[in-house]
Amino acid sequence: MSALNIKKGSTSHSAYDLRSALSEVEESHTLAVIVENEPGVLARVIGLFSGRGYNIDSLTVAEVDHTGHRSRITIVTRGTPAVIDQIEAQLSRMVPVHAVQDLTAEGPSVQRELALVKVAGRGDHRIEALRLAEIFRANVVDSTLESFVFEMTGTPEKIDAFAELMRPLGLVEIARTGVAGLKRGA
Amino acid sequence: MTKQMTGARMVIQALKDQGVEVVFGYPGGAVLPIYDEIFQQNDIRHVLVRHEQGAVHMAEGYARSTGKPGVALVTSGPGATNAVTGLTDALMDSIPIVVLTGQVPTFMIGTDGFQEADTVGITRPCTKMNWLVKDTAKLAETIHQAFHVATHGRPGPVLVDIPKDVQFATADYVPAEKARVTHYQPRTEGDPDRIAQLVELMEHAERPIFYTGGGVVNSGPRASQLLRELVAETNFPITSTLMGLGSYPASGKNWVGMLGMHGLYEANLAMHGCDLMINIGARFDDRITGRVKDFSPKSKKAHVDIDPSSINKVIHVDVPIVGDVTKVLEEVLRQWRARGSKTDQRGLASWWKQIDDWRAVKCLTYKPSTTTIKPQYALERLEALTKGRDRYITTEVGQHQMWAAQFLGFEDPNRWMTSGGLGTMGYGLPASIGVQVAHPEALVINVAGEASWLMNMQEMGTAMQFRAPVKQFILNNERLGMVRQWQELLHGERYSSSWSESLPDFVKLAEAFGCKGIQCSDPKHLDDAILEMLDYDGPVIFDCRVEKHENCFPMIPSGKPHNEMLLSADAEAFRSGAVLV
Ligand SMILES: Cc1ncc(C[n+]2csc(CCOP(=O)(O)OP(=O)(O)O)c2C)c(N)n1
Ligand SMILES: [Mg+2]
Repeated sequence: MSALNIKKGSTSHSAYDLRSALSEVEESHTLAVIVENEPGVLARVIGLFSGRGYNIDSLTVAEVDHTGHRSRITIVTRGTPAVIDQIEAQLSRMVPVHAVQDLTAEGPSVQRELALVKVAGRGDHRIEALRLAEIFRANVVDSTLESFVFEMTGTPEKIDAFAELMRPLGLVEIARTGVAGLKRGA
Repeated sequence: MTKQMTGARMVIQALKDQGVEVVFGYPGGAVLPIYDEIFQQNDIRHVLVRHEQGAVHMAEGYARSTGKPGVALVTSGPGATNAVTGLTDALMDSIPIVVLTGQVPTFMIGTDGFQEADTVGITRPCTKMNWLVKDTAKLAETIHQAFHVATHGRPGPVLVDIPKDVQFATADYVPAEKARVTHYQPRTEGDPDRIAQLVELMEHAERPIFYTGGGVVNSGPRASQLLRELVAETNFPITSTLMGLGSYPASGKNWVGMLGMHGLYEANLAMHGCDLMINIGARFDDRITGRVKDFSPKSKKAHVDIDPSSINKVIHVDVPIVGDVTKVLEEVLRQWRARGSKTDQRGLASWWKQIDDWRAVKCLTYKPSTTTIKPQYALERLEALTKGRDRYITTEVGQHQMWAAQFLGFEDPNRWMTSGGLGTMGYGLPASIGVQVAHPEALVINVAGEASWLMNMQEMGTAMQFRAPVKQFILNNERLGMVRQWQELLHGERYSSSWSESLPDFVKLAEAFGCKGIQCSDPKHLDDAILEMLDYDGPVIFDCRVEKHENCFPMIPSGKPHNEMLLSADAEAFRSGAVLV
């Protein structure tokens, strides 16, 4: 029977050879999906997630190659390693999907999100909001005597932190784009 | 040289270019231009069905029995929605079919026009790919792409939705060889390193088993040929799922029978106790695995599948091999032979001894009767009386389906058409017509349950009109038998709505359709009745009155592991979780 022992890590089909495929711990992964920009393709990708019960934490999409009609969909999802592998495999086999990259698993990546944050208030609150905005490098893109709209980009965590700080200072509304990401390096 | 033509003519031209000989369809307003073209040519035969669900199942039967894609043509709105069950069925069982639907004109889309439905929206989750064609110039190319996608990689159903104005308008025809068949080129060669790992495991395994599925059939006849060579040379036992029956002959010496919920005792126990499981073109469906946690706990598992998403979806495997079964088996044989065709003979000998002990249990034994026809007996007689003939079997869904899988032997692939993944009652009758259209001279029998059969019985009209001499062998237990069985075993014998009340007189029904009706309820007359059915040159509805309360065993109740199998209707053993090994 001894020859039936296969080296651990040598048989996983994906890039995650070092993880235990049987781990039950949920991880957050950012996937970049390059698709043919044709009618219904987004519905197809989203339908896969809803139909198979996968999570979507955020999603962005835009055409990135106008001549080749390719769009890039960036999806932040959560799941055990086995589920993440499944999601990748399910995405990869879709006919209009050209490529799937797991930005979380394939080495370092840059991930950014843009947010517009409306804060209303007077007096000290207003001054404090401006001061914090400066620390977070948020720009004022609209202001009235009683409100600001800040624009900021950063990781989702940074935006979360900023929104948390604005809450007691009069946070009214927040609009977020969801994450866009690229692998670092050439 | 490109040629100008209308969209409707392009449809016919594209089908011809794709080698299509027959289309199963039903007309309506949104496909009239295409029907007008069908009328004006003779190359493609049109089989007029009685319900669009029937058209899709016929296309499936055609595809499954020939290995070529089946084609269905239906109108917009209700025509398209009626096709949904068949599309889902084909998706679950990986059957290549191309469904063409009419659509309201492009300028009406979105206005809730008459017979408008969001067909690509409705069918997106039940097709491998679908397209709405809004420009006649793209129509021919899209149809060529549709055939490419349906038949490459893991096969499946595709749909092309064609608005009526696109059918009327004129554009250049794009011939098949000029069509951009997309980037869709799934990998078919297995990774040789992975195959080397498998070969090494095969050399040392003491208790190996081949677990094969529909993927072997889909890969084509050569895959079955290679599988037979591999089994013969290794002397490993082989089992198969419902979908894979016939890839390895039932008369073959290494055959241990079908596995799964109603699979054979020896097959399931071999799966449970093996040390090397070689899955070829199967997908660890829940009817196969039972309780996942306890599935074949001591084995190393290899999995050959053309669809990477099938691998590690349900069961984590040690050696995943993504590729086409034919190509992978060629490489497995090549490597294994090159290394000296080694196996652990001592281990194998005691493994076979163990399997023979399990076989000795004779799990398909049933209590015979001289007064009523046992369904198992009916199938044994059907098997005996059709032995040696090139016979195609379709089934409906229920107990009769499982008994057919247990009691009929399949010697070749593409001879067994059944709804596996979706379990669609109403599949068998139309599928049998699709098979018969593809093989006009062959013997085609639909083993049916009376309840399933009623679901698409209107298609007898199609069988009559197109002279498809299909034999409808109905095991009539006047029950939704499989439902009744579960109610008996799992719901305290409360038979909620599992009777087939107010059944038609099947013999009179046959007369009404203009075909032959036979009824038999006496085991002594059964052989003569079956021979009468086989001898009749035309469609037959055979009302075989069988024992009403027979249960189908063995049975692994859902959620139980393979070694908790029921061999008889012992409800007490059942509730206490009958551990048999
Ligand atoms: C379209 C559809 N509806 C319901 C079911 C659930 N179902 C599975 S088997 C069965 C009973 C089938 O009865 P019959 O065709 O007479 O076959 P038997 O089990 O009696 O052999 C039912 C209702 C199904 N599989 N398909
Ligand atoms: Mg019945």
